[in-house]
Amino acid sequence: MQPAIIRAEQVEKYYAQPSENRIQVISPTDLSISEGEIVALLGPSGSGKSTLLRMLTGLSIPSAGSVYWHEKPIASADVNVSIVFQSFALFPWLTVFENVEAPLKARGMDPAERRKRAMKILDTVGLDGFQAAYPKELSGGMRQRVGFARALVVEPEVLFMDEPFSALDVLTAENLRSELLELWQNKTIPTRAIFIVTHNIEEAVLLADRIIVLGRNPGHVRTDFRVSLAHPRDRKAAAFTQLVDYIYKVLTQPDAQPPALPQTATGRKVRDQRHMQYQMLPHARPGGIAGLLELLVDHNGRDDIYKLADDLAFEIDDLLPIVDAAQILGFLKVTEGDAVITPTGTEFANSEILRQKELFRTAALENVLLLRQIVRAIEAKSDKNVSEEFFHDVLDEQFSEDETLRQLETAINWGRYAELFDYDASRRRFMLPENENPEAESEAASEIDA
Amino acid sequence: MIRLPDSFSYVRSRETLARSQVFRRSWPVVLDLCVAGIGLACFYGVVQLAKYWFGHPSPEIQISLSPHALPRYAFYSVVRIGLAYLLSLFFAVGYGYVAAYSRRFEALMIAGLDILQSIPVLSFLPGVMLAMVALFPTRQIGLEMGAILLIFTGQVWNMAFSFYSSLKSIPRELSEASTIYKFSRWQRLFTLELPYATIGLVWNSMVSVAGGWFFLMACEMFVLGSRDFRLPGLGSYLQTAASTGDFIAIGWGLATMIAIIVATDQLIWRPIIAWSDKFKFEQVETGSRVTSPLLQLFQHSKAVRSLRKHTVDPLADSFYRRVDENRRAAFERRRESYIKGTAEADMERQERWIGIARGVVLALVLGGVLYSAAHALSLLNNISWHESGEILKGALATFFRVNVALVLASLWTIPVGVAIGFHPRLARIAQPLAQIAASVPATALFPVILLALVQMGGGLGVGSIALMMLGTQWYILFNVIAGAMAIPNDLREVARLFKFTRAQRWRTVILPGIFPYLITGLVTASGGAWNASIVAEYFHLKNQTLQTTGLGAVISAATDSGQFQILLLATIVMALMVVTINRLVWRPLYRLAETRYKLGA
Repeated sequence: MQPAIIRAEQVEKYYAQPSENRIQVISPTDLSISEGEIVALLGPSGSGKSTLLRMLTGLSIPSAGSVYWHEKPIASADVNVSIVFQSFALFPWLTVFENVEAPLKARGMDPAERRKRAMKILDTVGLDGFQAAYPKELSGGMRQRVGFARALVVEPEVLFMDEPFSALDVLTAENLRSELLELWQNKTIPTRAIFIVTHNIEEAVLLADRIIVLGRNPGHVRTDFRVSLAHPRDRKAAAFTQLVDYIYKVLTQPDAQPPALPQTATGRKVRDQRHMQYQMLPHARPGGIAGLLELLVDHNGRDDIYKLADDLAFEIDDLLPIVDAAQILGFLKVTEGDAVITPTGTEFANSEILRQKELFRTAALENVLLLRQIVRAIEAKSDKNVSEEFFHDVLDEQFSEDETLRQLETAINWGRYAELFDYDASRRRFMLPENENPEAESEAASEIDA
Repeated sequence: MIRLPDSFSYVRSRETLARSQVFRRSWPVVLDLCVAGIGLACFYGVVQLAKYWFGHPSPEIQISLSPHALPRYAFYSVVRIGLAYLLSLFFAVGYGYVAAYSRRFEALMIAGLDILQSIPVLSFLPGVMLAMVALFPTRQIGLEMGAILLIFTGQVWNMAFSFYSSLKSIPRELSEASTIYKFSRWQRLFTLELPYATIGLVWNSMVSVAGGWFFLMACEMFVLGSRDFRLPGLGSYLQTAASTGDFIAIGWGLATMIAIIVATDQLIWRPIIAWSDKFKFEQVETGSRVTSPLLQLFQHSKAVRSLRKHTVDPLADSFYRRVDENRRAAFERRRESYIKGTAEADMERQERWIGIARGVVLALVLGGVLYSAAHALSLLNNISWHESGEILKGALATFFRVNVALVLASLWTIPVGVAIGFHPRLARIAQPLAQIAASVPATALFPVILLALVQMGGGLGVGSIALMMLGTQWYILFNVIAGAMAIPNDLREVARLFKFTRAQRWRTVILPGIFPYLITGLVTASGGAWNASIVAEYFHLKNQTLQTTGLGAVISAATDSGQFQILLLATIVMALMVVTINRLVWRPLYRLAETRYKLGA
């Protein structure tokens, strides 16, 4: 094992709430980046990938724990890292050359030397001839090349990449990825380690020597393993697809045991989200759930999740919330990385819209606490409507502000679809659906059944 | 908070290819000559100005109404507005910067901005003038500084607000990139923050300078208690002409002012807008662009380029090198103290000292503020019930007047604006006309209108509403035009397809569509109308003072007669009313516009 360049020791991130609780984003985590490896950090959205990256670079300070750069605290070290950003983060008012030159300027390098280095790196990433262009004149791929040039020009010891290819089209991403790999393997660049955050499983398996998979609620390492496939890696090879399948299995399996709960010095309670009252609703739309179930029926009710993702050209961030939602509603089960449809799921997939809504309504009332509570609250009130504020405050105890809003949005979306309640956005109140006429509805449903 | 719609930009057809070739080849030598000429002219101007400024003050300057005096007066006024603008720019950047990055003072500073923005120029007058004249008792520069500061107080706030909100909306990844690549604070300012804020600053600068022209008359000539201050300038020329009823002089003055405004537009704003185009934060290039021959002149001039190469570039380089050395030294120190294990002790000691210093400064400032606030409030004791009653009555009258002006302005601008916005051909004719009309400061036109009104038998009560409208209706008009243009064609087609009646079309398509723009225009117009009341409700004309009941009249009269306690109370009332209206009326409407009536995702 090579000595670690960056080592994180029990780093965690949390936001204190006004009440007793605090929102844990990342539970205490150990992680190190050693010389000579490409590390890929994989995880669903909300697992704190980007937060972890920012703590490792020193951009963000951990709430607890510490990060070391060559065994010295990162705050007092002269850290030499670069980040390639998802949005490229180029300065639109500077030319390609000036963009690349800016980090060298910050280091007080003299103009001649600056020019030499910038031109050399532009040549390396295939941008010669473009130095006088402004970023907005370039295509996405060319812009990310500028992003790479700017990152590499300072000769970073560790090159960090935050979903660098996800804003690009498939072909461009493939092209850039292989060029990066070439630079790295031929040692054209003096970079000693690469750390890439991604939600594309194939990308991780294509590039990485080591893959770390994060789970969420709160973010924690689920597995950390080495990839020993030889480069160039073949997507069709059995070893490759097995690895992809394995990662899907890890991602979709519920945790065997929750990560250790941190102790707080201040005596504040830390609550694990899974022990909390409300389950975290995955942000999937009913239409998406229906679509997935119909696809599963076509595949005889069972399929590998990664194959489904492949069929749909979905990345895990697109597919997993839908799978999770269907699972919560009892429409499918996940076993061994396979999605298996349940009888209700099959019925749902084969029904007409009104029957679908009815099934969804039953499933939602049975399985989703928040929706059940909203409906009960409306029925309990004499004026048959209730303020959103109340649920906002209850959820706020458990989720971060952003997540609370998203939870409510999803709940509203599901509730409206299932005709459990109506929501008046301007007054922010839940109420009974207007043309509540159970007889007519059941009639319609029975007609369809017949 | 003033926002200008995109329709303010100019669209101009490009030169044909052959012509632009000729244009390019013959330029450079001529360009250099032009640049040299501009340099010499600037030098002469500075010398003349210095001579005048550092001369002894002549308290009773007679404003000559001869057209021959106009170029000199115009020059002085332009310099005043220009300096006030530069001052505003630096102040706005500094204020916005501190407000955006100081967690402790942010809320306080933004609330302060809100209040300062609602205080009319004249309320600053006594303090500023007396301080400046006391500072330079024997030189003209004291008076000049006072006038410049007054213009400054009318220009600076919206610019500061614009810079602040730009800083707050810098995309997170860009700011992270500057941190990870170790940009120093200065490099960050010049590479990220200033460029990002440029577009907002440019548009707000145009509004600010227009505001400077609006209040020029009030700032160049006024009575403060027993003292009569006059500065030679275009504003005082116009005011003198108005009070003697000399129509020929008014005509000359107006013509000069319009000429200057058009020239500023062509020679300054246009090149700046063309230049600021590269700071647009956009991912793709848009089609229409503003072009400016003057900008090309500077960009193609060899002299400018070599001047830059031999002065600015090396200076910047050595500056960045020094900053980097400092950074390294600081880092070395930190590392040494870490090795010695004294890092925390050092840090603690340092923090303690900084804490103490901060505490002392804060206490001093707080003490000063409390002391002067107490004194100011004790002034209010001298106000009789009758006088405060007058002020309240004035506040109600002005409130009524502002709203009437807004309603009247909306009544004609909404239909006209929508018509212009819906018909591109009409827009091409109407827009430049409206722009010229809008750029003429209403105060300059006011004497003419007022004289006409007096002859027709109307009074200042009606006249002041007309003046408020003259000053503020343009904000509404331009915003409505922009709003109408932004309504998607499909929506209008749906209305036509389903044969909506006229009322239905207005109710379901047009009014909701222009709503966010209309609100923006109305907010700006409302603030402007309140501020304009000080010049609209109180006017010297033909050796008599016309005034009507109103808060603006109270403020102006109090300044004239040097009754500071009344000035103070009236100002507080006005600031309170403007801030309250903003909070209670405009902000909720604005939020509604941002959420419900936002077109698109």
